[in-house]
Amino acid sequence: MTDSKPHFDEMFISEGAPRAPYEPYHNWFAGEDIKHLRRKSAEAEAFFRRIGITFNVYGQEDADERLIPFDIVPRVISAREWSRLERGIEQRVRAINAFLHDIYHRQEILRAGRVPKELIAGNEAFLPEMIGVSPPGGVYTHIVGVDLVRTGPDEFYVLEDNARTPSGVSYMLENRETMLQMFPELFTNMKVRPVSNYPRALRRSLSASAPTCANGKPEVAVLTPGIHNSAYFEHAFLADQMGAELVESTDLRIADGRVTMRTTRGYKPVDVLYRRVDDEYLDPLTFNPESLLGVPGIMDVYRAGGITIANAPGTGIADDKALYSYMPDIVEFYTGERAILQNVPTWRCSEPDSLKYVLDNLADLVVKEVHGSGGYGMLVGPAASKRELAAFTRKLRARPANYIAQPTLALSTVPILTQKGLAPRHVDLRPFVLVSPNKIDITPGGLTRVALKKGSLVVNSSQGGGTKDTWVLGD
Amino acid sequence: MRLRISHKTTYSYDTPVHYALQQLRLRPRTGHGQTVVEWSTEISGATRQLSFEDQFSNQTDLLLADEGTTHIEVHCEGVVDTTDTAGVIGRHKGFAPLWLFLNETTRTKPGPELRRLAREVSGEDDTLARMHALSTLIYDQVAYDTGTTDSDTTAETALTEGHGVCQDHAHVMIAAARLLGHPARYISGYLLMDGIVEQDASHAWCEVWTDTLGWVGFDVSNRICPDERYVRVATGRDYGDAAPILGIRQGAGSEDLHVTLQVQQ
Repeated sequence: MTDSKPHFDEMFISEGAPRAPYEPYHNWFAGEDIKHLRRKSAEAEAFFRRIGITFNVYGQEDADERLIPFDIVPRVISAREWSRLERGIEQRVRAINAFLHDIYHRQEILRAGRVPKELIAGNEAFLPEMIGVSPPGGVYTHIVGVDLVRTGPDEFYVLEDNARTPSGVSYMLENRETMLQMFPELFTNMKVRPVSNYPRALRRSLSASAPTCANGKPEVAVLTPGIHNSAYFEHAFLADQMGAELVESTDLRIADGRVTMRTTRGYKPVDVLYRRVDDEYLDPLTFNPESLLGVPGIMDVYRAGGITIANAPGTGIADDKALYSYMPDIVEFYTGERAILQNVPTWRCSEPDSLKYVLDNLADLVVKEVHGSGGYGMLVGPAASKRELAAFTRKLRARPANYIAQPTLALSTVPILTQKGLAPRHVDLRPFVLVSPNKIDITPGGLTRVALKKGSLVVNSSQGGGTKDTWVLGD
Repeated sequence: MRLRISHKTTYSYDTPVHYALQQLRLRPRTGHGQTVVEWSTEISGATRQLSFEDQFSNQTDLLLADEGTTHIEVHCEGVVDTTDTAGVIGRHKGFAPLWLFLNETTRTKPGPELRRLAREVSGEDDTLARMHALSTLIYDQVAYDTGTTDSDTTAETALTEGHGVCQDHAHVMIAAARLLGHPARYISGYLLMDGIVEQDASHAWCEVWTDTLGWVGFDVSNRICPDERYVRVATGRDYGDAAPILGIRQGAGSEDLHVTLQVQQ
């Protein structure tokens, strides 16, 4: 999808005039030779290929694994900008956890009429098996990846709250590692806050949410569906960086009332399981009986208080797209404050008036499936052909409640390095948030995704997006 | 009325079990017109791992088969004092919202036959009268017949084929009640039968929510609302939530199930 609206350029006020946070970088860049930088960029790609950060693209049969392109121009965020984002994210994540506790207990927000009951009652993301469960330490979303877009100097919008199992943190870490190796001089000139603490912080945060039965140092394990999963690299990487075991379904079994993992010294209880397996496959005794990826009985152990599952099952109800438009109300209801971060205006196609508006203005809107993710099954109106628009009109009429629509925002740009030098491209940002019983910890940085095609607004890696290192400056 | 219950479930395996789990929902609670005086569960061939209360407040136990066993036996025994509440259970308790009992499940998904059945009683204005009429209709249209259905049989199938057991009666009633907008739930439990002590299976019925009386029980198979001869054990949206025993087993081989049950005064 392309866009001709004026957009906010994060690096330049006008041609040749950088904004303050970018000044040192711009000065450095002016002294560099483009050809030399292009060579560096190729080196970075070779490095990624060597260490094996690749990404399986669903629906692309010919390429099992593909490299996500990396751009060597960093995205820079000032200390002031970051501190406001931090407050906004923390507020939102607190609200999400309060909402999850409420929705699986007394449902006060439904009683108060702030969120329509129908939205929860008919929602597949609501997990009845979580009713009455209070997870250890009260934490539902141990890891959140909030997707943000920017449209102006102080205008950030939350696009999605990824409260299930957000991925991409390995790119944040590897991108920084690469930049540090290639351009060490830049880091001496600019006060860039480190992100390398993330794995330690993750381990600390998960340990702090361990169940009471964990004695001494909690045992943390990462559950992966296996080597064929698109994010397997990340699972292995995080386990390694955290000093935790990487386990698969076959390594786990119930013993002595706990979930235990096979080790060289017999079976050992797992206190905290950072699972990268979806709810549906997590426990064949409770959910999909055909699942070979999960742990039979883990939900029973969970309900009995014998394990922490991160993130908790059923958190999908908080990042469900049908609920998204209610997030400002949800934030207000649980925090008593107005939401610091804005929501993108959203039309709920389940409402007849909204559906009519969406159908009348389809060519200008982005339409998303309520339960979809990763840019699959969405319509980008301005980029769609007449046939695609007609096909989506039929889909919308057939199942209106399955869709929401949003305006196409004028996403900010950050330059990438092209053969001809710097050229602006649209970006988004996914900061990573760690939640423990007494602390919300936001890594200063995150994953900046960039649409590499000129004018494109689709940043998803599955749709040809790339990544950048994100630099949050110290005071 | 004081009821004495002895319920033994035996699984026999033709090859030694390597790894198997069983989830039991076999412990009645005190409340709703019943008082559990004593209750014990003895297990052989498996070891109890943990206990918890599930989302419908059912007391649930998880068993792990002893490695290499060829039998697992679960023997529940106890004494429960009951009173006759004429089927009225009353107010809704627990965190599971009432609307959850309106949602369709795989076993209660309605088809044309269930819609027809629901239409037949939709003329009745009073919920209670409508549910009594529904119960009678189901009794007339679904003959009690063992061996023709199993635990996965859907309400629509049982109604279409016109036969089933108490579980199918409950599923048909639940599905039809939900179609008419009444929350309905499945109950598994025990029943004292007239002049019969030895039974070969536990019982099942349903409860429907009414705005005036709250939850009210209906036992279609016996054409009554449960009285002091009934002991409620577990509840849920359908059999799947309230099944007395739910298991998962690794490896090949077949299993054989044998149940003995005595309910007496």
